[in-house]
Amino acid sequence: MIELFKFFKKKETSKDVAKERLKLVLIHDRSNVSPQFLEMVKSEIIKVIQNYMEIDEDALDIQLTRTNSDDGERIVPALVANIPIKGMKNIGR
Amino acid sequence: MGEVIVITSGKGGVGKTTTTANLGTGIAMQGKKVVLIDTDIGLRNLDVVMGLENRIVYDLVDVIEGQCRLKQALIKDKRYDGLYLLPAPQTRDKNSVAPHQMVTLCNELRQEFDYILIDCPAGIEQGFKNAIAGADRAVVVTTPEVSAVRDADRIIGLLEANEIRNPHLIVNRVRPDMVKRGDMMSIEDIIDILAIGLIGVIPDDENIIISTNRGEPVVSDSKSLAGQAYRNITRRIMGEEVPLMNFNTSDGFLAKMKKLFGIKPA
Repeated sequence: MIELFKFFKKKETSKDVAKERLKLVLIHDRSNVSPQFLEMVKSEIIKVIQNYMEIDEDALDIQLTRTNSDDGERIVPALVANIPIKGMKNIGR
Repeated sequence: MGEVIVITSGKGGVGKTTTTANLGTGIAMQGKKVVLIDTDIGLRNLDVVMGLENRIVYDLVDVIEGQCRLKQALIKDKRYDGLYLLPAPQTRDKNSVAPHQMVTLCNELRQEFDYILIDCPAGIEQGFKNAIAGADRAVVVTTPEVSAVRDADRIIGLLEANEIRNPHLIVNRVRPDMVKRGDMMSIEDIIDILAIGLIGVIPDDENIIISTNRGEPVVSDSKSLAGQAYRNITRRIMGEEVPLMNFNTSDGFLAKMKKLFGIKPA
């Protein structure tokens, strides 16, 4: 659905691409978060979630990005994880 | 007591030296006494941009090491009253100067001059630390490119860590035609990302290259767009309120440019 939406959207200009890339790279620069650090967070998250669900480890995507704060007035850094679930485990039911 | 302003950028080749030369000349044209210090030891260039390369006898390190008196090393620009240059040595390395020596030098110059402009080398090592050591405030130069804006962000962080607060931003080499078609970040985009105060915008202007060829800062060229932009920034540095990109010589084009940059008339 999102892909479909993108298809109809006007083509992104190169300055939009530049701005988006800059914003992301600056989050890393400003917070000094290394890829190794993210890998560590990722493996811990996988460990915890696997206790309850079957997930697609290869498709798991985790990154630092930015989002609007709750009051909508500021842009704040956010840790966004996209974790595809294959199935639920039977424990706890 | 004079004020010490460092002109810095992080990335090389964005226009620090050109900006230092033009703001210095601009301040002198306003009747103030100003000295420009080139702190790019080993890669000096402020002398050639100013057209004063043939008059160097002593340099910054000679002064710091006591090989000559400060007055002997200052080159007086004969074209503008009150404009002086303290050149960098070409054959020494950056470790010939320590930050505390720069502080002492700046304090000595404050007694004599209204403004002390420091041309900072590229990078964030010793040369940068020396250049910002004695500064009261900072002007950060960037261009509308990903690499230059990223480095400017890093520099802003380092300035703050060294207690130089509220640096001002100059966006150099802006091309309104490219901004218009969405192929160059606008001033608004850059301010949005860097979140610091803007002190001026310099359009990409071939007169900069022509004037550098001749060793005459473009700020003295009354017909050039970049010259006008530098004159405006000079007045803002000196505390005057000047509307952004207020070029009276060519209304149509400038009105358009203002709109493109999203700048509301101040």
